[in-house]
Amino acid sequence: MSEPRQQPGTGQPDLEERGAARTRKRALKRLQSLLPEHCLLTRPAALKPYETDGLTAIRERPWVVALPETEAMLAGVIQICREEGIAVVPRGAGTGLSGGARPLADGVLLGLSKLDRILEIDLSNRAARVQPGVRNLAISEAVAEHGLYYAPDPSSQIACSIGGNVAENSGGVHCLKYGLTVHNILGLTVLTFAGDRLEIGGPGNDPECLDLLALYCGSEGLLGVVTEVWVRLLPVPPERRVLLGAFPAVAGAADAVAAIIRSGLVPAGLEMMDRLAVQAAEAFVHAGYPSDAEAVLLCELDGVAEEVAADARLVERVFRDFGASAVQTAETTEEQARLWLGRKAAFPAVGRLAPDYYCMDGTIPRARLAEVLARVSVLSERYGLAVANVFHAGDGNLHPLILYDANRPGELEQAEAFGAEILDLCVAVGGTVTGEHGVGVEKLGPMCGQFSEAELNQFFRLKAAFDPRGLLNPGKAIPTLTRCAEVGGMHVHGGRLPFPNLERF
Amino acid sequence: MTDRSDALTEAVQNARTAGQRVLIMGSGSKRFLTRADTDPGDRILSTEEHTGIEDYRKDELVVTVRSGTPLRTLRQVLGREGQMLAFEPPEFQGLGTVGGAVAAGLPGPGRPWRGSVRDSVLGVEMINGYGERLVFGGQVMKNVAGFDVSRLQSGAFGIFGVLLRVSLKVIPVPQTERSCVLALDREAAHQWMIRMSALPVPITAACWLDGQLHVRLSGAEPAVVRAARHVGGEQSADDGFWTALRDQTLPFFRSIGVACRYVPPAAALLDTDELIDWNGARRWTQRSPDQVPAGYRRFGPGYARDRCRDAGGNRAVAEYQHRLKQAFDPDSLFNAELTDADVAA
Ligand SMILES: Cc1cc2nc3c(=O)[nH]c(=O)nc-3n(C[C@H](O)[C@H](O)[C@H](O)COP(=O)(O)OP(=O)(O)OC[C@H]3O[C@@H](n4cnc5c(N)ncnc54)[C@H](O)[C@@H]3O)c2cc1C
Ligand SMILES: Cc1cc2nc3c(=O)[nH]c(=O)nc-3n(C[C@H](O)[C@H](O)[C@H](O)COP(=O)(O)OP(=O)(O)OC[C@H]3O[C@@H](n4cnc5c(N)ncnc54)[C@H](O)[C@@H]3O)c2cc1C
Repeated sequence: MSEPRQQPGTGQPDLEERGAARTRKRALKRLQSLLPEHCLLTRPAALKPYETDGLTAIRERPWVVALPETEAMLAGVIQICREEGIAVVPRGAGTGLSGGARPLADGVLLGLSKLDRILEIDLSNRAARVQPGVRNLAISEAVAEHGLYYAPDPSSQIACSIGGNVAENSGGVHCLKYGLTVHNILGLTVLTFAGDRLEIGGPGNDPECLDLLALYCGSEGLLGVVTEVWVRLLPVPPERRVLLGAFPAVAGAADAVAAIIRSGLVPAGLEMMDRLAVQAAEAFVHAGYPSDAEAVLLCELDGVAEEVAADARLVERVFRDFGASAVQTAETTEEQARLWLGRKAAFPAVGRLAPDYYCMDGTIPRARLAEVLARVSVLSERYGLAVANVFHAGDGNLHPLILYDANRPGELEQAEAFGAEILDLCVAVGGTVTGEHGVGVEKLGPMCGQFSEAELNQFFRLKAAFDPRGLLNPGKAIPTLTRCAEVGGMHVHGGRLPFPNLERF
Repeated sequence: MTDRSDALTEAVQNARTAGQRVLIMGSGSKRFLTRADTDPGDRILSTEEHTGIEDYRKDELVVTVRSGTPLRTLRQVLGREGQMLAFEPPEFQGLGTVGGAVAAGLPGPGRPWRGSVRDSVLGVEMINGYGERLVFGGQVMKNVAGFDVSRLQSGAFGIFGVLLRVSLKVIPVPQTERSCVLALDREAAHQWMIRMSALPVPITAACWLDGQLHVRLSGAEPAVVRAARHVGGEQSADDGFWTALRDQTLPFFRSIGVACRYVPPAAALLDTDELIDWNGARRWTQRSPDQVPAGYRRFGPGYARDRCRDAGGNRAVAEYQHRLKQAFDPDSLFNAELTDADVAA
């Protein structure tokens, strides 16, 4: 009798694979009986748009896409996946830039776009209760007639969802004064993977529990699916003004940013664009920016008329003190729109300069801006890859856009290596590897440099408190110790050996 | 000005080895919110000698402070540079440490406009229940690397571990401040608050008590002057009311006891003697400990436990809070009186 032909060790995975296929078949049946046909996508052509989020370099076809229309359907999908042991990846609008909504080939992609109703507008408490798939801008549009708005305004606001904003703790051009998502939401309803419905906070100011609200902000879909959000609404400021300063040197513009913050003034927004970004924007939308400037600062002021006028005088003086060669002030809505146009079109404009760009998102102390930008430009020469800088200067949140051509062999890898060096630099000067775009799958490597083994383990225990089996958005946001060992860059505290207990994860 | 991080870490590790529980204590000014007395078996871990401002970047509006630093010291240092803590933490009995202020998470009168304690927290270093020193967050305004463990510490009354240092965002002291006092009945004052909150007026505090509406205006001088004209009433630069409200030295708080409820600002008025704070979002009532009405929380022993263990009565949330505690402190080393069933409140 001949031995059954089997390679040692492959029998088990084979069995597992067959078991998994059976499970998926059963799960699919259950999903089909739970969801109407248009809420469950299974055909390759229908799955295609869901292969990637805003980080388009990484693609994966999901097993299926579930698009629940009600909270009950959503809970049903979670229940089925829990019972069948199938992983779930939540997805809002898929504009995320770090691959947080990257699908799994054997997991359910849970799209929240059909949960897009504004459930309640509570004018006397200046709050609104919305479903997770509501677009960011739709909230402000819905309350505009009452002179109110929702403050956080990511540049993707026409598309991105409030659930995604919570999961990424998104910022925007105006978060310098008005804060991030965490500062502008009042309550959340969350469905955990165990099926518990957590109601945290509401239109009052303080939930009478621990601050799970803050914990959920920026948790990238790992701790639960956000099913409702109470957002805070603010009165639209009566007066706005936008100033543009053109600087002959990046250092002057960077120092002007630090000086404005130091003065005690808090602009609504303070953005910087360097020469390459300005030229790209000019060529694209002709906003009237001085294209010979090495750097342009855009400063928006808002508030009551007297305050805005006084602040504008101060900003203009600071611009000039730090060498601005020209200052433009926009008082009318049209002029302001023109000045913002260049900034808003900057990403697509830069996109025209090269076949591909890689957007970084580190944050640094504002006083180190000039120094870090100079180092980035040295790196740019060393790698032979151009960089355009368009970013939230007031927050110290950099967005270097590394230009490359993915069709040239090795260039993507070069761009990634260059990006990693920029993030190391951010951490070295006391900053962080991501200010607002999240870790997703993209920044798992750099995370190893920012956190110690003990800190990563604490993150894992925290995750396990909400999802012990690790089936909700697995593989995102927190790098495993194994991965960090591969990257070889883990942060070591006090000479301790980095990986004595690798087997734990 | 001493760094006692190593000694504190060692003390936690020793307690862990000995299977002893510890009670984290700053200056003890908010002890009345946790428990009436101290159990003789408790090992007290005091941060009082762990003091000093380690890094103050006034140009960045960020300060990093050792947890035992007296709030008063921090206030003075910031004040000299024309800056302040946005969340205006109370100094009960003139005491309080920075660690205690963050751990207790009690914001002052400006809460609805200037944010809560956690809104100012940028980063922490802490010791967890494994005796490990961990750093979360940082010193920059925007940071989404990893779960937001630092903000979670605010209002957790130390149940997750010992805060060694915290980085806080600070704000410039407003150029001008004006207090206005208007004679209004409660209902009218409440309506006034609701109306004003929809308008862009530089209000930074609004409170009603004893037939008077107190309003604080802050900001650039011309804006404050104009708003003050609009608000009216009796006006002064600072009538001491806001500090007295913050530190609870007003006669209202020195009675038989107080209880509070957190509500949507426009929620209906209930009790006739309610003090309205936070533009309507927090209501206080004078009650003796055994007569706290439903929906209110006694501001005294049990307050912290109600939050940390019972999540204000929200059972599903309480269950996850319990799991979180386990994730940081599985042996319930820290402040067990706030979380454990077998430790009496
Ligand atoms: C052109 C462009 C400009 C941008 N500008 C900015 C900017 O200025 N500031 C900024 O901060 N970001 C910006 N972004 C990034 C992105 O728009 C934000 O991260 C946004 O919040 C993502 O929302 P989304 O609905 O697209 O989420 P997705 O990309 O679908 O998902 C993002 C993450 O959230 C999770 N998630 C989504 N919905 C839920 C839910 N209901 N419950 C739990 N988890 C959920 C996902 O699993 C994933 O991890 C920009 C992106 C683009 C493409
Ligand atoms: C030896 C001793 C004797 C005392 N005797 C009396 C007395 O006779 N009468 C009396 O009324 N009071 C007494 N107290 C209590 C004390 O006066 C106050 O109750 C308390 O110190 C208030 O300090 P705080 O304001 O900084 O915050 P605390 O009240 O100390 O702390 C508030 C909360 O935060 C936690 N916390 C504080 N610091 C940290 C930190 N760094 N990290 C994590 N959590 C933290 C605490 O555990 C507590 O839950 C005594 C305290 C000590 C240490």
